[in-house]
Amino acid sequence: MGESIVITSGKGGVGKTTTTANIGTALALMDQKVCLIDTDIGLRNLDVVLGLENRIIFNLIDVIEGRCKLQSALVKDKRFDCLHLLPAAQTSDKNEVTPEALSDLIEQLKPDYDYILIDSPAGIEQGYKNAVAGADKAIVVSTPEKSSIRDADRIIGLLEQEGLSDPPFLIVNRIRKHMVDSGDMLNVDEIVSTLSIELLGIILDDEDVIRASHHGEPVAFQPNTKASISYRNIARRILGESVPLMSLEDDKGFVTKVKKLLGMK
Amino acid sequence: MGCTYMSEWNHFVTMKGTNHGIVVYLDDQCSFEQVLQELEEKLTSNTSSGNTEISIHSQYRYLTETQRQEIEEIIKHYNHLSIKSIDSYVMTREEAHDLFEKSTVKTVMKTIRSGQIHSVKGDALIIGDVNPGGTVEATGNIFVLGKLRGIAHAGIEGDVQCIVAASFMHPNQIRIANKISRAPDYDVEGSPREFAYVNPTTEQIELNQMQHLQKIRPNLLDVFERGL
Repeated sequence: MGESIVITSGKGGVGKTTTTANIGTALALMDQKVCLIDTDIGLRNLDVVLGLENRIIFNLIDVIEGRCKLQSALVKDKRFDCLHLLPAAQTSDKNEVTPEALSDLIEQLKPDYDYILIDSPAGIEQGYKNAVAGADKAIVVSTPEKSSIRDADRIIGLLEQEGLSDPPFLIVNRIRKHMVDSGDMLNVDEIVSTLSIELLGIILDDEDVIRASHHGEPVAFQPNTKASISYRNIARRILGESVPLMSLEDDKGFVTKVKKLLGMK
Repeated sequence: MGCTYMSEWNHFVTMKGTNHGIVVYLDDQCSFEQVLQELEEKLTSNTSSGNTEISIHSQYRYLTETQRQEIEEIIKHYNHLSIKSIDSYVMTREEAHDLFEKSTVKTVMKTIRSGQIHSVKGDALIIGDVNPGGTVEATGNIFVLGKLRGIAHAGIEGDVQCIVAASFMHPNQIRIANKISRAPDYDVEGSPREFAYVNPTTEQIELNQMQHLQKIRPNLLDVFERGL
């Protein structure tokens, strides 16, 4: 019996969809059966990030309104057999789905998968309510900006009323180390102390992530970038391993390494 | 005959001079009309003309709001008289319940997050933080065992004696009764162990260190006094 996890944030543009795609990919890399559900009806883009746009035939609304079977709407990932996507509809709007319908659908999926990741739309209206309805756990994504943290705090407050099995987990996305160091960005400790929930992982602001999304290939698939390691660490923590947080400090360039070798530093 | 008449009258309304002014005791067994009638009689026959404050005590009679108004109406006719208070030994169950509610401390163990409003009757004790955008409201005092970074409104029904105390004070706003104070526009660090109160001379909300609370509000814990 699988576990359903909603990925949400309140604020838009903090990286919910990218996070969903990457955690999904990282879990699939560890041989987990994963189904991703895009609930951002009308503004679907999880398929784009995964590079699966061309393969969509049916969508979530088709399933809910009975135009197709659940199995035929699921898009199989081009890299993993064990990663499936249930895409959102592009032409309908969020009010055509009810929380009950989505929750039923997730119950139908649970026996076939280990993890069901639900990508939530921004905001706290109908779309958010739909996304949260069928979730057992929640991951809140926030960037280290005040506005994003304020919205994350609001969302955590709402999630606490949902009767999830655990309090929500936090992912701090798009950390810019030099800005944290210069005091222009909140550091992770301050964010965790404000939101007072468990930290699941941190992800540095990295061009690799943007580049990977651009090519429709989640960054978690790459072997050795900082971001991909972060996402895989998050996946391992979801599976129950205890993995220490990646240090922000070891960001040494080639020149520094050479200098160190030569004993100049 | 005349004698019986007088004694019957005497029975319903009794005036007593005390150190705190004149107390008028109203009989609690006769009808309310009889009380009003006699009160009026007594006041007309009263010859003193200096300004006097009187306290009314209805003993074991429960006065409704309309009855209180009727008494006030009668007193108003006499320009030299003013009502200091209207008391009695009794209250309704609702009033008693309300008084009890307002004189107890309501404790919660959670973080008050952005967009949440935590509203209580009585004193609010928050074991946790109040985050920016979160609000705590109480008819009494507010105590935060954590960081107060949102809005705290003490004495929402108008009690300016109420205070807001926090382990760490860094609020968006503090409101006490109908007074509001907000954080300055420049960045502030916040400070540990402070409380906010209304300074009676400036009539503004001021912050002070916790060790001065005892001096500024020595009667803080007399909750029943406040409830009444």
